[in-house]
Amino acid sequence: MADTSTQPRTLKSLITARRGRGRLHWTDVFSYTYLFLGVLLMFGPVVWLVLSSFKTPAGLIEFPPTLLPLGQIEVVVEGYEKPLLLFDVVQEDGTTKQLAQVRRIGIISQMVDPENPDKTVRVPIDQRVKVREFRLAVENYTDPLKRFNFVGFLNNSIIVTTVATVITLLINSMAAYALSIYEFRGRNAIMLFVICTLMIPITVILVPVYLVVTQLGMINSLWAVILPGAATPTGVFLLRQYMLTIPKDLIEAARMDKASEWSIYSKVVMPLTMPAIAVLAIFSIMWRWNEFLWPLIVLTRTEVHTLQVGLNAFQGELNVQWHYILAMTVVTLIPVVVVFAFLQKFITTGIASSGMK
Amino acid sequence: MANLTDRIKISDRLAGVAAWLVLQFFRIFEIPLSLIQRIVGVRGMPWIFLLPNLAFFGLFVVIPLCINFAFSFTGGTDLFLSDRIYTGTEQYGFLLDCETFGDPITCREDRFWKGLYNTATFTVFQVTFLVLFSMITALILNREIRGRGFFRAVFFFPVLLSPVVVALIWKWILLRDGIMNAFLVSVGLDKILFFVSPEWSMFWAVFVSIWAHMGFYTLILLAGLQAIPPDLYEAAEMDGTSKERVFWRITLPLLWPNLLVVVVLALIKGVQIFDEVFVLTGGGPGTATQFIVQYIYNTGFTEPVRNFGLASAASIVLGLVLFVLTITQLAATRARDNG
Repeated sequence: MADTSTQPRTLKSLITARRGRGRLHWTDVFSYTYLFLGVLLMFGPVVWLVLSSFKTPAGLIEFPPTLLPLGQIEVVVEGYEKPLLLFDVVQEDGTTKQLAQVRRIGIISQMVDPENPDKTVRVPIDQRVKVREFRLAVENYTDPLKRFNFVGFLNNSIIVTTVATVITLLINSMAAYALSIYEFRGRNAIMLFVICTLMIPITVILVPVYLVVTQLGMINSLWAVILPGAATPTGVFLLRQYMLTIPKDLIEAARMDKASEWSIYSKVVMPLTMPAIAVLAIFSIMWRWNEFLWPLIVLTRTEVHTLQVGLNAFQGELNVQWHYILAMTVVTLIPVVVVFAFLQKFITTGIASSGMK
Repeated sequence: MANLTDRIKISDRLAGVAAWLVLQFFRIFEIPLSLIQRIVGVRGMPWIFLLPNLAFFGLFVVIPLCINFAFSFTGGTDLFLSDRIYTGTEQYGFLLDCETFGDPITCREDRFWKGLYNTATFTVFQVTFLVLFSMITALILNREIRGRGFFRAVFFFPVLLSPVVVALIWKWILLRDGIMNAFLVSVGLDKILFFVSPEWSMFWAVFVSIWAHMGFYTLILLAGLQAIPPDLYEAAEMDGTSKERVFWRITLPLLWPNLLVVVVLALIKGVQIFDEVFVLTGGGPGTATQFIVQYIYNTGFTEPVRNFGLASAASIVLGLVLFVLTITQLAATRARDNG
């Protein structure tokens, strides 16, 4: 390369470089390598989760693991009631033949040729290899529906998410309306108060909120999860910031028309605030769907577990049934993936502009 | 084409139904609130609008905060304040009683100090590498690369996953017979029992939390980078300024306010780490990855004898740390937005 003298050869330069003027500079190579490794590292684990969730319990404990979910082929052989498992067996003359296993006794397996079902042969188990095909173990997904309270967890999560989001949107927008449209004594004090509540995350007041919730008799009810986080300072801020841009003339005009304050809020201001409301709605849905520590504390009975708490309780149990856990994990992340796929731009601009998560 | 117009019609109708529902929802409040307006007048209405939100804040933030102090000065195992015994600063004395503060084992409540040290270690490593990798990713995404939107989404999507899901994804990879050990065996190494080794557990706790949160900080930094006026770069290019110099003299100084906000935000989140690591390692092996929030959770809610007073005292210590950090954050944000 002719211009290496003008290009500094340090690691720093590649971070500052903006483009290679048509030619492929080594910093471009670095960037693309970094990005493709990034794709592998970010997507790989999720892909591996989804692939694994379709494996049978036998397939899951296999080491080293197979990439794709595989199931052993079973054949129906004349003279046997149940379908038999199929193996590749190395013959004495060096060729391989497909045989079905009748039964296994210790290290010897009794096998039968499906084409010649009358004669059984005895084969040492280290001379046979399972014959497998690509097969999805869909029962990992359907069994938990019947055997565990999975539908209940799902229901609880949906109830918490929807009810909490509706309450959050309503009371936060009302507060934001008061703080942006009216000039009144004490407005600044209230704003300061809201800023102060921003500083007190739930982790700092776990015990006393637990006391309050107990006093209200809400332990082991979904209200205990819904109510404490319903008023969010970030939500009030976001909406107020947006409402401040609404022209005052509009509100004055509505007052001239003898509209009540509530109608001004619900029919004039709210429709104009929809973009900000939508951002807050998406955030609220994500907060609530993913919430863990607080539900873990107040929802101790299995019937009221949300998905996250249920999933955690399940993975902590003694005989971990990973085939069910993996499938339920996939189900838990589906809504988030769907929301993200449709609203990616919306979410990313929302975060970039408000700096909240 | 017909299909497309159909789809638009359906989505329009859905939006219409939603809007109608919202309108009906608001109409429920119409009459009672008009009545209230007649009583308090227009000047009283802002307080009516503020009331629900303030009630929630009061009930679930202000009152608890006050009770928290009350709890931390009382002893016993009763939840209700009237049943608790005033013990003065005994809880704090118990928490802070150490022969040498550098060594948790010499403290009376060694789990609290272990939690503090673990949290400090975790936060230092996590925030350092989190900001470093977010910065590199943001700088690369800010270049003129093909498929930028796709790559940005790839780095961002784990932010939306729940901590439980994130932890389970990685736990499945790192198990004894997991794919990570399969990889190690295939390159001729021995299997590693990651969750039996304190060092590996801490490493993966840091790694997984960076994996999950990096996209968020990348996004903020990327927005900051894109706000730098392009003519600055053009001018530098015309002057023949070296790219290294451009980075140190233009990019970094202009990004600095954003970087500061990101560092403090990451610190605030890092100090409160609980969810992912709790599901991933359970705080183990032993107390190797037990952090301060888990100490509070265990002391107050999972021990056979629930020590609410001690948990409150510990959470006030945590609150003080967060208070300092949040003040810094507000100052940093203000400096960024005004500067």
